[in-house]
Amino acid sequence: MSSVREAYQIPSSAGAAGASGAASGTRSSAFDIDGGASIHYICGDCGTKFPLKRNDPIRCKECGCRVLYKERTKRMVQFEAR
Amino acid sequence: MAPSSGRRQPPSAEELDERNIVGINKETVTNTVSNDYPENYANEEHAWDKDAFRNSFKVQWHQNEQFEAQFSLVGVDASIANAFRRILIAEIPTLAIDIVYIHNNTSVIQDEVLAHRLGLIPFTGGKKGLREWMRFWRRPAEGEGAYDTTFDNNTVCLKLKAQCTHNKNAPANSKDPKELYHNAHLYAKDITFEPLGAQPKFFSGEDAIRPFNPDILIAKLRPHQEVDIEMHMHKGYGWDHAKWSPVATASYRLMPTITITQPILGDDARKFAGCFMDGVIGLEPVTRQEARQKGSGYEGHEGELKAVVKDPMRDTVSREALRHPEFEGKVKLGRRRDHFIFSIESTGQWDSDELFLEAVKTLKKKCQVLRPQVTNMVYTY
Repeated sequence: MSSVREAYQIPSSAGAAGASGAASGTRSSAFDIDGGASIHYICGDCGTKFPLKRNDPIRCKECGCRVLYKERTKRMVQFEAR
Repeated sequence: MAPSSGRRQPPSAEELDERNIVGINKETVTNTVSNDYPENYANEEHAWDKDAFRNSFKVQWHQNEQFEAQFSLVGVDASIANAFRRILIAEIPTLAIDIVYIHNNTSVIQDEVLAHRLGLIPFTGGKKGLREWMRFWRRPAEGEGAYDTTFDNNTVCLKLKAQCTHNKNAPANSKDPKELYHNAHLYAKDITFEPLGAQPKFFSGEDAIRPFNPDILIAKLRPHQEVDIEMHMHKGYGWDHAKWSPVATASYRLMPTITITQPILGDDARKFAGCFMDGVIGLEPVTRQEARQKGSGYEGHEGELKAVVKDPMRDTVSREALRHPEFEGKVKLGRRRDHFIFSIESTGQWDSDELFLEAVKTLKKKCQVLRPQVTNMVYTY
């Protein structure tokens, strides 16, 4: 089964903090510029989807379960149907 | 054979018949190789002759439904019959899903497996568009863009997008996932065809590209699971991948022969009939005439049942009759070497009889390629 996947791309730092940011060791990525754009997580127990911010406790808002999953990426993957 | 007197008797009709039959014995199979070629028998020609072939060759149809055909080719060599079979399986082009673009797939089936399953679904559509208008897709060369070779006349676009949700109106005590959820099962009929460019001209209404078997189960979903897939179909050949094979099965078998050499009567006859498939052996009462004939083996058995061969074509040649001591020396099994019973089951893009004619056309084309090469070879040396 041969498949042509998209090559992995190193996430580029959008803030263009450049050398100074990298040197000081404070990594900046796309979602925590302003104290954290929220990302959706899926509860491992009840299955609800909810947003979490940077400093939120890792906990489901509905049932209190501490096991959370990330959503699958929406990035397209190409396969040969063989 | 007597010492050579310079001239041999021409073979008798029985001998000629015998030459054409593969012997099927208890533990061995004899006389399997074809023998009708020059210099195999003294004083016999056997060179291939067009008129002789034309006179002896026969085609008999047994069943000719749209997608299921059975017919016999009589008087042709195994090499030719086998060429037809192989062409049917591998060298007649069809349209099938070739590239799968998965935007999202949270079902339990892995992307690769799902792509493979999609590829194997047989599709059908307007014959004119598929055969005359559609061309073959070419993989883009190095340096070309991924879609530089993709056009409306070589690619068909399909989409499959579904999300499983809870059914609020499900009966209270239901346990059936199809009632409890919407889109619990994804079927081939859920794939939608997206006409592009000039495709609506060839593939609309009755002729739309659609799965031939709409009820093929692709995947099962549960609430919150989602599938979002785009597919590109291309034309291809069975030798590249089995998904492009236009037939489910294309096979042949040799015509069985059953010869009862000594009478089989009464209970033995019933047991004998049970050794074969239904309808192969019939039971008939011994007639007065037969019972009167001296040395026929039927003397004094008038009115008793005897076994007669009714329809050897239905037999599977299981050799069960040869296992029982009571039939020893009374029956001979065999197969006719030049009688091929073809069975062609189409996957829906072609009709079964069309497929065979296309196979003949393909073989003819190949011969036309070969002929000038042979001629050149003769000129060169």
